Amino acid sequence: MLSDKDRIFTNLYGLHDVGLKGAQGRGDWDGTAAILARGPEAIVEEMKSSGLRGRGGAGFPTGMKWSFMPKQVGERPHYLVINADESEPGTCKDRDILRHDPHKLVEGALIASFAMRAHACYIYVRGEFYNEARALQRAVDEAYAAGLIGRNACGSGWDFDLYVHRGAGAYICGEETAMLESLEGKKGMPRLKPPFPAAVGLYGCPTTVNNVESIAVAPTILRRGAAWFSALGRPKNSGTKLFCISGHVNKPCNVEEELGIPMRELIDRYAGGVRGGWDNLLAVIPGGASVPVLPKSTCDTVLMDFDSLREVRSGLGTAAVIVMDRSTDIIQAIARLSQFYKHESCGQCTPCREGTGWMLRVMNRMVQGRAEPDEIDTLEEVTRQVEGHTICALGDAAAWPIQGLIRHFRPVMEERIAQYKSSGRTARPLPLAAE
Amino acid sequence: MAEGSADGASADDMQQPADFVFDAASEAEIAGIIAKYPPGRQMSAVIPVLYVAQQQMARHTASAWVPRAAMDAVARRLSMAPIRVYEVATFYTMFHTRPIGRFHLQVCTTTPCWLRGSDAVTAACRAATGIEGWGETSADGMFTMTEVECLGGCVNAPILQVDDDFYEDMDAARTEALLAALRRGERPDPGSMAGRQGSAPEGGPMTLIGDAAGPAE
Repeated sequence: MLSDKDRIFTNLYGLHDVGLKGAQGRGDWDGTAAILARGPEAIVEEMKSSGLRGRGGAGFPTGMKWSFMPKQVGERPHYLVINADESEPGTCKDRDILRHDPHKLVEGALIASFAMRAHACYIYVRGEFYNEARALQRAVDEAYAAGLIGRNACGSGWDFDLYVHRGAGAYICGEETAMLESLEGKKGMPRLKPPFPAAVGLYGCPTTVNNVESIAVAPTILRRGAAWFSALGRPKNSGTKLFCISGHVNKPCNVEEELGIPMRELIDRYAGGVRGGWDNLLAVIPGGASVPVLPKSTCDTVLMDFDSLREVRSGLGTAAVIVMDRSTDIIQAIARLSQFYKHESCGQCTPCREGTGWMLRVMNRMVQGRAEPDEIDTLEEVTRQVEGHTICALGDAAAWPIQGLIRHFRPVMEERIAQYKSSGRTARPLPLAAE
Repeated sequence: MAEGSADGASADDMQQPADFVFDAASEAEIAGIIAKYPPGRQMSAVIPVLYVAQQQMARHTASAWVPRAAMDAVARRLSMAPIRVYEVATFYTMFHTRPIGRFHLQVCTTTPCWLRGSDAVTAACRAATGIEGWGETSADGMFTMTEVECLGGCVNAPILQVDDDFYEDMDAARTEALLAALRRGERPDPGSMAGRQGSAPEGGPMTLIGDAAGPAE
């Protein structure tokens, strides 16, 4: 169990002063100039050896991502863009950083930008987080007024500008290239890669996009050392992580814990346990809506980190744990996610634009049982045709929850179909073309 | 308001004002927004400036929406083709291209909120406003009710967002009380309606209890 002294987000719940004085009292902005004085290479190396993997869902090593930026600044300036478009269902951790610990993000933005030779950084905050964006802007204003950012930031000789930019209600803008399009004033439609943003990003300039949590933990890692961070968790799954525990638990909450904590311990210790007790558990979506659901038998023993959840064919994602007890209509729960992805598809790629609608319509049939049993196979096959056949990962994200449902709850789907039949109704055959 | 033509202009057209001019407060805001982006990249300001237009409509007409004339004004202000502004205003769900009620009730019904009872919140909104379906406005013009996707406050589900404020840990009774307060002209503080401290568990934090507020060593 992680002890309080190893927690990074010490004002997670907003119990203490959110302002600069309070943040400095908690250790933020302590020796920032000395960290910058180590130089970009040393900072990137330290981040690499900390083992930090990106906290936005994909889990790509942060230090390595930083190292992809050109080592020399050419004619085009470098940019850091921070992804605060937190929208993956179940996920509400960045919200707490923005509203309660914003100085960790502002300081991290300076350090990361310096390490990637960027003089400017944009923080893209989802539009619905109006009050959170205001809290962040207050922290940015305080940092400017105190000389921590702006010209000669922290007396380091480095000029650094930080801007808060609000989105306007499009989940797809959490995809890094859609975010860049949106930031340039366009519809948020993902770009083909390559070229990757580190070569051609914002305004055609070298750009790195990082999640809020990844950036906000950087100052503490650099102060306490990579060895401290990498000693937490398991190899290749190191450090602490913000977990969001929602759904059918007695006390839903956010909490910072060590990666690799058993799922059951996480739920029992911090969220007051599953409603009605552990044996009343039906299933858990362990990492935000896009990762496949896990049945109770797996939840009994699985550890909460990237590789453990991958081994059980799911994922850590954003570490948003959605708990469902035995009262849940699991088909309906997943169908609602299908509705989410259909709503959020940007419409650019045909497999996703058409596929998300088709999958939703079939999932709605499955909720009623208005289908033939072999249509479950057809549904599964269509998810495979969407997955991996689109520019961005939204198509995958729409496919995986359904695949998880079929993998673990096929008998429930078949039973629903049998019930529908036994009620004397017959399902019209499934149209395979677009309706 | 523009006159509808006799040969069958839609109700939509009837509501479109003939012109839109940014007022002084909006202009001051816009200048600060454009300065955030590099010279020549003022198109980046399209989302924030559309917000400015929508807020100005709310100030002047008590309905936060972006008429076509306002989109055209944004296009002129940012040297963009009008079609580029229309694309953005219709792609992003937070811009309203038709008038809405004084209060915008946004019920999150995505799975984490649904598991915690968003159906009851929806039903309470319907009962209290008389609104039947999503996207409709109450007869008295007070409320528009919209179904929204995950708002990102899932450990405080279910969430009812009113305009820019999140009301959390909602249920039917709390929804009724909130809407009644709004009708009375009150604006309850947003946040957990169950009295929770942010995202901490009910009953108080289990972590960060001791001297956690001190500097990390």
